[in-house]
Amino acid sequence: MSAPEVALLDYGAGNVRSAARALERAGMRVRLTATPDGLENAAGIVIPGQGHFRQVMEAFDAAGLRDPVLAAARAGQPILGICVGMQLLLTGSEEAPGVPGLDLVSGQVRRFTPAPERKVPQMGWNALEPRGDSPLLRGLPTPAHAYFVHSYYVPEDVPVTDGALTTFGVPFWAAFSAGNLHATQFHPEKSGAVGLGILNRFRQHVLNG
Amino acid sequence: MLTRRIIPCLDVQNGRVVKNVRFFEDHRDAGDPLTLARAYEVQQADELVFYDITATHEGRSLMLDVAVQVAEQVMMPLTIGGGINALTDFRQLLHAGADKISVNSGALTRPELIREASDHYGAQCVMLSIDAKRRPGGEGWTVHRAGGRVDTGLDLIEWATRGQALGAGEICLNVMDADGTRAGFDLHATRAVSRAVDIPVIASGGAGKLQDFRDVLTTGEADAALAASVFHFGELTVPQVKAYLAAEGLPVRPEWREQ
Repeated sequence: MSAPEVALLDYGAGNVRSAARALERAGMRVRLTATPDGLENAAGIVIPGQGHFRQVMEAFDAAGLRDPVLAAARAGQPILGICVGMQLLLTGSEEAPGVPGLDLVSGQVRRFTPAPERKVPQMGWNALEPRGDSPLLRGLPTPAHAYFVHSYYVPEDVPVTDGALTTFGVPFWAAFSAGNLHATQFHPEKSGAVGLGILNRFRQHVLNG
Repeated sequence: MLTRRIIPCLDVQNGRVVKNVRFFEDHRDAGDPLTLARAYEVQQADELVFYDITATHEGRSLMLDVAVQVAEQVMMPLTIGGGINALTDFRQLLHAGADKISVNSGALTRPELIREASDHYGAQCVMLSIDAKRRPGGEGWTVHRAGGRVDTGLDLIEWATRGQALGAGEICLNVMDADGTRAGFDLHATRAVSRAVDIPVIASGGAGKLQDFRDVLTTGEADAALAASVFHFGELTVPQVKAYLAAEGLPVRPEWREQ
């Protein structure tokens, strides 16, 4: 069986080279694309994103990706959002009030409240606490840590049940799976063997490759 | 719980890691940044810092190649520093694949560089590195520049808090009195900076033994510890330091294997 091909959206929201190589290392073929052309032919769509929610969303819209990605999501095509690429699956974000996210998962992305013992952004390695059964985490040995860099988070009370929580003052979704939607707040491409293990599981359990 | 980070640092000149890295003498090429980065990835170091000590234009472009290679081949966070003077340097190195950029003298020359970089690329990728030295016979520490050769007279705590206000996301503090002594990190200076700012503080300079790491992460109140020679010379390994810290009750990322 040939390696499944994922479309990695290179729409100007950060450097995607590390993500591309990590996906390849996990046995996927990567097609970098800045446009929606041919998205429907990919085994999966990977949405990266770094920076401000508003800028990322504007770049996403400017590339004409909103409707095609929504259509792909509704057609059941596997989607993997990473970092801000996870957050934009939500309805919106406290970082940019009024800027519409993709609303594939209902809820608002929230900002961490800084505290003397809790410096924001959260930057570093934190533990994953598996919940339910996400194909991204199936059989992943614990304790497993992943690398985070973020000031905003997907709160625990959004309507998903499968994934992993991480605690940084509050518990939040570090990763989730909801039907064909998958996402990680951490950077799998920076998370060493754990990150590779999670991308391998995306290929194996989600793309069946 | 967010874990404390252990960060090896490598000096690069003209695209090659310099100083004899004894630990890796068995490898084919002990000066190859990618080989060394991979070895530290196997050790599950939490991040890696490459410090470019090149003075020439050609050397700078070789550093960009290093960043590209390491960022593409090694799945760990990568910081690059050395000779960062302009927003262009940030852009080039971030585009090459670095996750964070460490700025030192360039920010002393023009502090607004911190704000510009932070506004453009986010505070999380702006690491303000500070070389400090205790005031002769006096209280506190002053900031040095140009690889520590010039005393700016600037107060360490003032500069650290100003750096945070300008938008730095992290401070890497190298106390020169301790650097290279292997007599331990400077706990007083590190704690003073940690208490003065709300952003993470990486302690650098002076690591010699396991207890030094514990002391700087507890008494020194640092969020991370950076070291060069103790790791390169194989006197300590990253897993050894982490196992020790875990036994001492500190939160660290344990070694992880798929099976």
